[in-house]
Amino acid sequence: MTPSLLAALSRVVGRQWVRHRKAELTTYAMDGLPTHESLPGVVVMPETPAQVREILHLLHLVQVPFVARGAGTGLSGGALADPDTVLITLTRMNRILEIDPVLRRAVLQPGVVNARLSEAVLPYGLYYVPDPSSQAACTIGGNVAENAGGPHCLKYGVTTNHIVELEVVLPDGSVTRLGSSQGEPWGPDLVGLFVGSEGMFGIATEITVRLERIPESVRTMLADFSTVRSASEAVSAIIAAGIVPAALEMMDRACVAAVEASIYAAGYPTDAAAVLLVELDGQAEAVESEAATVREILGSCGAREVRSASTAADRARLWLGRKKAFGAMGRIAPDLAVQDAVVPRSALPAIMDQIEGIRREYQLTISNVFHAGDGNLHPNISFDRRNPAVAARVRAACREIMAACVAVGGSITGEHGVGNDKLDYMPWIFDADTLGAMRAVRQAFDPAEMANPGKVVPVHACREWTAVRSART
Amino acid sequence: MSDTIFTRLRALLGTTGVERDSHGVPRATPDSPDSLSLVCRLAHEEGWKIRVEGRGTWLAPDAPADLVVSTTGLDQVVSVSPADLVATVQAGAPLEALRRRLADYGMWLALDPPGRPERSIGSIVATATAGPLRHGFGPVRDHVLGCTVATGDGRLVNAGGRVVKNVAGYDLTKLHVGGFGGFGIIAEVHLRLRALPRADLTLVARGTRDTLTSAARDIVAGNLLPGALELLSPALAAEADWALATRLTGTEAAVQADVRRLTSLGELSWVPLPADRTAGFWSTAARGSLAGPVTLRLGVLGDGVDDALDLLAHDLDEGLVSAGAGHGMIRWTGDAVLDRLRALRRAAAAREVPMTLERAPWPIRRALGHFGAYREGVGKIVGRLRGTFDPGQCLSVALEGAE
Repeated sequence: MTPSLLAALSRVVGRQWVRHRKAELTTYAMDGLPTHESLPGVVVMPETPAQVREILHLLHLVQVPFVARGAGTGLSGGALADPDTVLITLTRMNRILEIDPVLRRAVLQPGVVNARLSEAVLPYGLYYVPDPSSQAACTIGGNVAENAGGPHCLKYGVTTNHIVELEVVLPDGSVTRLGSSQGEPWGPDLVGLFVGSEGMFGIATEITVRLERIPESVRTMLADFSTVRSASEAVSAIIAAGIVPAALEMMDRACVAAVEASIYAAGYPTDAAAVLLVELDGQAEAVESEAATVREILGSCGAREVRSASTAADRARLWLGRKKAFGAMGRIAPDLAVQDAVVPRSALPAIMDQIEGIRREYQLTISNVFHAGDGNLHPNISFDRRNPAVAARVRAACREIMAACVAVGGSITGEHGVGNDKLDYMPWIFDADTLGAMRAVRQAFDPAEMANPGKVVPVHACREWTAVRSART
Repeated sequence: MSDTIFTRLRALLGTTGVERDSHGVPRATPDSPDSLSLVCRLAHEEGWKIRVEGRGTWLAPDAPADLVVSTTGLDQVVSVSPADLVATVQAGAPLEALRRRLADYGMWLALDPPGRPERSIGSIVATATAGPLRHGFGPVRDHVLGCTVATGDGRLVNAGGRVVKNVAGYDLTKLHVGGFGGFGIIAEVHLRLRALPRADLTLVARGTRDTLTSAARDIVAGNLLPGALELLSPALAAEADWALATRLTGTEAAVQADVRRLTSLGELSWVPLPADRTAGFWSTAARGSLAGPVTLRLGVLGDGVDDALDLLAHDLDEGLVSAGAGHGMIRWTGDAVLDRLRALRRAAAAREVPMTLERAPWPIRRALGHFGAYREGVGKIVGRLRGTFDPGQCLSVALEGAE
């Protein structure tokens, strides 16, 4: 970074909000995934939308690329920046601008922490649905960029289903508003396009979200099974019965063992091959009747025991192990590669067998905790990245797991994004024309490709979108 | 030129895939996404304008074009996966046929769009015309997991996928759902299904508009989440007064509990429809949207329904109105001249309400556009996207007006 650029950035945000010493930059070298590392050229921390505009204007002028970053809890290396790139952290823009309890909307700055929003609207009997495991730290801006999910997205949808309007600063510093607070687009659904664009279309500086009413009644059930297959069959049977639980989560034996050996021990049966958490919510009568059906299904699919809780405290106890599973796995080894893939629900039993085979082949510790209801797997590998041989085995195992998921018609990511971690896998599921289309769509927002360069779309695998046009002229 | 086009298309698709429409315009009926893309590529290379037609039940086939591309040859339900609750369906498949096929498996696509039951899936997705079920099950975008689209220059883009949760790459599907075919011709879609609800009951209350909108607000504020909560104008409901119809879905116990709550709320007298009249009731309301040449939708917030209905009544007429009392999507059908529609769009925009022209004769579409009154900066992005997906401007779609 040139001294003149540092000086100009300092003039925009104040010198104390520009970080460029190596020790300062180290904080930003990684996100939540320990397998990628890169130092940004400089970190700049704006406080207002006007400052974001000025920064992007400036960078556009000097043609320096940038990466926007929230809390850095992402799991795909998406918020890492190279030394020739400016990292813009948005955590100072953390104001909740407006809450409308009647129309159930909130207007937020991107740096608002996910869980803080739900806390703020709790007095109105409302909550914000998407609840990624990192919700105590992750920001709404990051959730928008990644189209974040969470356990409670089965019934109510992921981030894209809860964002209605965005104020966006485009990479050339111009400002535009996408969508409307009512959720009906003005023209094509550009909000739908922007959510999940992994920071490559611009920076959202104001986000209008939809809030939901806290359900009148909630029932959480915990069932344990002697095989993963029978637990998976229970998942399919519940959905096939017309019941859409608020959450439908599975943990395998390794995950349960990790939880029960930790301070988060929740009393999960350690001899079970799989534990299923089913949460039903809605009106009391509906929950009651659905719970009876679910209990029946769990029993007929071979559940050994079904525990049920309806008070907040009892439910929290059943959830504790699931919510803290990642923390518990952290005890197993210094590093945890949290992976993310999706398979059709019907392929769950087969894919779990395959992951077990891969685990054995590569001699790794893999714990599975996942959103079974929507087939969203999280095979998590505990390892020590200081051992290069092990790290190489982890990379190879991740690759094989992804290949297996793609082979059954799945996807390489359900909620963590592509970032730079899964760039190589994109051609496995998208052909050259589709990848080319993605790149071209990005260029409609960011013609010079200055926002989060090098992520999501492997440029070398894209068919040049202008080829046909030039052939004609 | 028509003869040349006809001959060239026949060389590409064979004699059975190419005919002429009633005005003598060559009509290609490709039977695979690949052959669809070939037709687009040829049109792009030759600079021919394409009009897309589905089953001819929604938009009038009147856009000027050198050739017609019909999706009726793409009418297959490619696959249904009951265990995954996902179906892959070609664009020309009629909704009714899909509905019957899914019902055999105990499954359901929770979409009840306006128009005739045989309307094509491609038309519903391209226009994002959700019906009353939007209240409980979301807009069309929530039901589409992915799609295959032939661009204006004949590339096939495979957006999204067949799994219910997927963030691999940008969400290109969103561009095509409600893109009115301006970014390509939808060949195939992957749809998210649900299990057929065990109980499905419709209740109707009648009264003045004000009574009903006020009651609807109470229902929304109360702890009730019906599948649909739709306000129907007298003309649409074919009755003397306004009607508020609510559709309760779920388990038998849950629906019965909803009925108890509903009837305990306010003064309205709710009449349950007998099972054999329910489908007919909703289908009449859906067909009502075809009873005038122009259909448009306004997206308002729940508390803005009254104001928007007043606006419609003032700028146009009471017309055939179906209004989502909770989600705030208001659909109006009737007859209106261009100037009135323009004035409505301006007045709506001043209230921060987007107005989308869903169907109208070509002169109105061309002048007004499906979309308009963009906010600053949006037009530039949309223009670039159109240039990307239809670089030769072959697709005869009036996304924006010619104003």
